[in-house]
Amino acid sequence: MKNKVILGALTVAGLAAGAAAAGTLDDVKARGKLNCGVTTGLVGFAAPNANGEWEGFDVAVCRAVAAAVLGDSTAVEFVPTTGKTRFTALASGEIDMLARNTTWTFSRDVDLKFEFVGVNYYDGQGFMVPKELGVSSAKELDGATVCIQTGTTTELNLADFFRSNNISYEPVPIETNAEAQQQYLAGACDVYTTDASGLAATRATFDDPSAHVLLPEIISKEPLGPLVRHGDHEWGDVVRWSLNALVAAEELGVTSANIGEMAAGTENPEINRLLGTEGTLGEMLGLSADWAKNAIGAGGNYGEVFAKNIGEDTPIGLARGLNAQWTEGGLLYAPPFR
Amino acid sequence: MSTLTDPPKAQFQLSMLVNDTRYRSLTFQAIAALVLALAIWYLGNNLIQNLRAAGLNISYGFLGDPSGYDINQRLIEYDSQSSHARAAVVGVLNTLLVAVLACITATIFGVIAGVLRLSNNWLVSKLMAVYVEIFRNIPVLIWIIIIFTVMTAVMPGPREFRGDNATSSMLFDLFAFTNRGVYIPMPWFESGFFASGALNWLVIIAVLVGSFLVMRRVETNATKTQEKTGVRPNTKLIALGVWLVPLALVLFVMGLSWEVPELKGFNFKGGIKIGGPLIALWFALSIYTGAFIAENVRAGIQAINKGQTEAAAALGLRPGRIMNLVVLPQALRVIIPPLISNFLNITKNSSLAIAVGYADITATLGGITLNQTGRAIECVLLLMLFYLTASLLISMVMNVYNASVKLKER
Repeated sequence: MKNKVILGALTVAGLAAGAAAAGTLDDVKARGKLNCGVTTGLVGFAAPNANGEWEGFDVAVCRAVAAAVLGDSTAVEFVPTTGKTRFTALASGEIDMLARNTTWTFSRDVDLKFEFVGVNYYDGQGFMVPKELGVSSAKELDGATVCIQTGTTTELNLADFFRSNNISYEPVPIETNAEAQQQYLAGACDVYTTDASGLAATRATFDDPSAHVLLPEIISKEPLGPLVRHGDHEWGDVVRWSLNALVAAEELGVTSANIGEMAAGTENPEINRLLGTEGTLGEMLGLSADWAKNAIGAGGNYGEVFAKNIGEDTPIGLARGLNAQWTEGGLLYAPPFR
Repeated sequence: MSTLTDPPKAQFQLSMLVNDTRYRSLTFQAIAALVLALAIWYLGNNLIQNLRAAGLNISYGFLGDPSGYDINQRLIEYDSQSSHARAAVVGVLNTLLVAVLACITATIFGVIAGVLRLSNNWLVSKLMAVYVEIFRNIPVLIWIIIIFTVMTAVMPGPREFRGDNATSSMLFDLFAFTNRGVYIPMPWFESGFFASGALNWLVIIAVLVGSFLVMRRVETNATKTQEKTGVRPNTKLIALGVWLVPLALVLFVMGLSWEVPELKGFNFKGGIKIGGPLIALWFALSIYTGAFIAENVRAGIQAINKGQTEAAAALGLRPGRIMNLVVLPQALRVIIPPLISNFLNITKNSSLAIAVGYADITATLGGITLNQTGRAIECVLLLMLFYLTASLLISMVMNVYNASVKLKER
């Protein structure tokens, strides 16, 4: 009889453990803090600054989501993850979302049971070599030693690229960007390959960036975006539309400077719906009416975030390129807020 | 008058399970077993339910799919089109390679350091004490990283060998020490008996085994002569002939040539490359575990009564022979059991290889494959199975050896 009670209790506990996977939005609200997975440090995208505060392009997404959900862009616990630990961290619930220049691929979306909520940076894999090697094309890299972060899509693209061009290489697997940088500068590898944006960000931290060249070949599509666990659609919607709000804000001309007056009401109904003065979009998401206002206010719209962290005026110096608004010939396109 | 009755038959009562010492221990063991079984059932059930809730299932089908990644050090044929299973085998072989190499060198370091630590020479014994204490008390991961970092930072890159004003040059034009590894000449056969290099090497091994058998015969005869006449015939010259002549002959017939590494393009080509990660891992594991083995050897030697040494000295034996003939053979029975643990530690510590990018089983199956396929549970289970099997095998072999050297009791 006693045993049956124990068994019953265990079964309930087991079921409860299974059910705990859903309801991330409620968890975050109850906790008062968003656990956001980022890189272990890639200047411009996610890295702690001199004061120990995380900042960067990916960090801005975390902050926008925290602002939308909790009304406070500082209520984020940043969890550094490596290429290898990121998915385990997300799947196990250690983090609520992952904003870590992660490529949206079929198998990650379908087989690993994650949900990519959008793309915050359209990237492609490139190569960086020291200028003194005199290499001008990736096809001249026959026999080169290549530093590569393990467990990434770049590792697979690299193998495909060299195989399809019938040239050989020797991979040097490494864990983090910092390690790759050290190995590359020590000459333990001839080439460093990762997303072109990452290469630009890494090169910007070198003593003499001009001694290194990025080769012209871009060998893959790397749509980088934040992702959440599969199956928790409410939470997925919150992250997706927080990102969309930043993109739409740029298109609609809402900036961190004018958001105060815009939020008072404008002629444009879409801006009004976005900023919560018209309609009930916030309520539909399970958030307050000013959710998007908070998200945009956290670090500005997409364009402002880009310019501040990785744009042409920063040491990283990336052009908008594909990441311009659709109205300006780029790929950024937020679905309508209605 | 007294009536005798049979003593009441002991009747089993439920309370006796707790009160009677005959049953009490069994009762509690049964309860403990039940609780343990329930705990395992709960954890297993929890796992299955959570996996089901997350829409995942346990399947090993991914092992047959192409892996898609390249591995820099491989002992068997492998490319990015090979299966994940093959990548795992490459990793297994790499793990075994570094484990075997490190076990051998760690034993050599350990025995030398352990014996020298007991030296009467103050400087030598103190130097060995410093070695043991420094390496034993700093984690092996830190040693691996220190050695690897020093290697990449200090050694020249291949591009420093290039050009007219090269800052580095090859040793004897045969060996190249670079920050990517050490390149050494590779022997190969111009007119081997077989097309495959591996079979030709088997011929060499067969010749060596033959020499060994002949030599054993010679030694046995020498012992017989010694027992008969008291004088041991000098076998050193014969040994030289038996070992060298057949080997030289077969190498000559097969046309031994050397392929010398050459700087071509970005890297050295040709010859054998011993990668930097392998060297760092091998060396770090050797000196780290060597320090532990040194302590085992010291304990073993100190366990032998000093009277034995004195008695041997009284017979006129020199210190070197006392150590080899009297002390070490007896010390082995104290040294071997902890040595087994150290061999197991080397094998398991080799999983730190990923810190320097050495492609062992933890890096291939437990690292890249796990991460590319997302099959964490399956990969980790396989990893556990591999390490368990490897450890049990090492343990078994070493225990057989231990049984052969331990004190014979009759």
